[in-house]
Amino acid sequence: MIRHISTVMNKSIEAAPLAVFRFLFGVLMCISIVRFWSHGWIEKLYLNPKWHFHYLGFEWVKVPSPFLTYGLFVICGFTALAIAVGWFYRLNAVLFFLSFTYIELMDKTTYLNHYYFISIIAFILIWLPAHRYCSIDAWRNKDIRVQFVPAWTIDVLKVMLGVVYVYAGLAKLNPDWLFRAMPLTIWLPTKFDLPFFGAIMHEKWVHYGFSWAGAIYDLIIPFLLLYGRTRLFAFTLVLVFHVLTRMLFPIGMFPYIMIFSSLIFFSASFHNKVISAIFSWFNWSKSMFDNGRTLLQKEWRIGQFAQKLLLLLILFQLILPWRFLLYPGNVFWTEQGYRFSWRVMLMEKTAYANFKIVDGITGKRFYVQNEDFLTSFQIKQMATQADFIIEYAHMLGDHFSSQGHQNVEVYVESYASLNGRPSQAYIDPNINLLTIKSDLKNKTYILPLNE
Amino acid sequence: MKKLIGLFILTVIISCQDTPTEVFTDSFDRKAMLVYWADHIIIPSFEAYDKSLDDLVVAKNIFIENEDIASFENLRVAYLSAYVSWQTVSMFDIGKAEEISLRNYTNIYPADENQIQSNIQGQNYDLDLPSNFDAQGFPALDYMLYGLAEDSNAEITLLKGKDFSNYLNELVDRLKSLNAEVLNDWKTNFRDSFINNDGSSATSSTDKLVNDFLFYYEKFLRAGKIGIPAGVFSGSALSNAVEAPYSEIYSKQLFFAGFETIQAFFKGVSFEGVQNGTSLEDYLIHVAEQNNTSSISDEILAQWALAEQKALALGDSFRNQVEVDNIKMLQTYDELQKAVILLKVDMLQALNIQVDFVDADGD
Repeated sequence: MIRHISTVMNKSIEAAPLAVFRFLFGVLMCISIVRFWSHGWIEKLYLNPKWHFHYLGFEWVKVPSPFLTYGLFVICGFTALAIAVGWFYRLNAVLFFLSFTYIELMDKTTYLNHYYFISIIAFILIWLPAHRYCSIDAWRNKDIRVQFVPAWTIDVLKVMLGVVYVYAGLAKLNPDWLFRAMPLTIWLPTKFDLPFFGAIMHEKWVHYGFSWAGAIYDLIIPFLLLYGRTRLFAFTLVLVFHVLTRMLFPIGMFPYIMIFSSLIFFSASFHNKVISAIFSWFNWSKSMFDNGRTLLQKEWRIGQFAQKLLLLLILFQLILPWRFLLYPGNVFWTEQGYRFSWRVMLMEKTAYANFKIVDGITGKRFYVQNEDFLTSFQIKQMATQADFIIEYAHMLGDHFSSQGHQNVEVYVESYASLNGRPSQAYIDPNINLLTIKSDLKNKTYILPLNE
Repeated sequence: MKKLIGLFILTVIISCQDTPTEVFTDSFDRKAMLVYWADHIIIPSFEAYDKSLDDLVVAKNIFIENEDIASFENLRVAYLSAYVSWQTVSMFDIGKAEEISLRNYTNIYPADENQIQSNIQGQNYDLDLPSNFDAQGFPALDYMLYGLAEDSNAEITLLKGKDFSNYLNELVDRLKSLNAEVLNDWKTNFRDSFINNDGSSATSSTDKLVNDFLFYYEKFLRAGKIGIPAGVFSGSALSNAVEAPYSEIYSKQLFFAGFETIQAFFKGVSFEGVQNGTSLEDYLIHVAEQNNTSSISDEILAQWALAEQKALALGDSFRNQVEVDNIKMLQTYDELQKAVILLKVDMLQALNIQVDFVDADGD
């Protein structure tokens, strides 16, 4: 067994898939950054808000001056391009990972699973020899140029993609999704204006069909992609699935990222054809890269370290999504252990939070108009998630204390509706939120969900 | 490819064969609702408001010509009826009204007395500027007709001054011309684009108008007319922040005009009050029937009935109410507030309408 693993870990394979992955990832990231900028989201999501919500442990990450914020995005877009063409690859991969992750850490209001996915892939790419084939680096430096790389450097990407799909599928195995067809029952009927599909979008069987098909798809697609005989069929499913989700939901670049990422499962000969096609378009030849050299795992300077590090990362990815089991209650309601677990388009939660500032001694009180402090996007995210509510309460407490209010206590009257259930009280309205610290402990002040 | 899509659809069908297929029912007809809203609620309301402004212009002209007590009292009557009529269109902040900020130029209160006085004295002002929002519209008229002096005769004496009558003249004419622009747009272009924008995107007419409806309810009715003067957001009551504080006795009437508009819109009662058409209530019932759940609409209406009960106990003058017995204002606010949760949480989820749509990605 151990010998088997060790052969797997030391096997070599053509580098072409890695080069194509590097190129497509870089290009898509650059497009994502340009798209983000052109939608005015840098302004809207980072520069306009007065206050920002922080990830636990990353409170030190601040939105810098507008100039530097735009600068971050410039770095991000530029390094993505550099990754694509493989120019000063490792440095640019590090810079891309850092700048992208920093941007994501600036405000957790904008958290999306697919941003998290990008951060992980970017981190993995730092450690892969993706620039040693068909890149500017390999073109300029024949010493690093290889045609074959350790197989694990490609497998790690396949495994990571598999983790995303399978865990997204496992997350769908819950009563709301399977037996109430929620939240698709809420979402799909308003898609009546779609061509062709529109007319049936309010049908119950469509809601159930999409729910079950989605769960099955997520659970089996990595395996169908893995085996040569089912691969083409699987890729067609990938196309249909992601194009469909693109039509139904506002999920930006995510479908394209997933579609192109899944090409990593294809054979080296397929990728060689892709590269040849691209190269011949420019009238280049890729023969200089096909030098027959192999980057041997044991001869590769950072190879051993990279392998162990990424193995740990994958292990971590396998464990992290289960942390919700440490908390009592419905994970969709409490959202304890919700993030970083590939719960993608899984619930419809609407909430409303009304904050009360009380003078603890005189009992004098008034209510806060959230829009005085937060953007409408922040207000929406804040109201549905307990950790946001606590952080916001503390910001309000500090603000009103600094305004000269005495003995400030902050209470919230909050209501939430989950997957079509009637609205119900969310946070205990009788708790002074300033007495609560932001931490990972079970949030006992979240009222239980009445089914 | 076609085969694969077929296979995909087949998988979809097979995977849910346990679920009994329901009888085919049409999905809700949003377009019919939009047509009804436009033709039986919104346009008639703007027309009626426009007519009341015509009367106001006439009354103002007669007063400026005669400057006597009879024409002054007549002007005040016309002012009140136009102000009440305004309450029936305020929530429709869509199309031209939104484009030209009709509401901001019509009813931002409390009025800024100093700004009004300096406009009158300085002669050099631009009512288009946002800094003059609270120096025009009905709040400014309320001040001009009731707040300048102790009694009617003293008022008239002041208004005889050329500067004052010019300002009065301009305030009234401006109300009329702004609304004329909005009404004209509804009648020429906007009705068609409104009813044809019958999709489900965040920029569709239904989504936008539902947002307008909620925004009006939360900000202008609940907070503006009741909550802010009652001190809900400041800790201490602000009796000067009531609507129409100078005329004093009309704030309750103005509140009810807005509250009734909200309820009629929700229930689909036509402007004339004779017809019951497709409405948000029907939409909610339709969605609930599809999902075999109970509709939230009954709860919303019941909650409003409670709020109405509390509001009926208020005096005609909210200013006086706030100063003498603010508890009743706070109680009214609380009941109005409870409906916000039903509207913004339950209703929006049922209809899958985004509040304050932000065009960011989801995942």
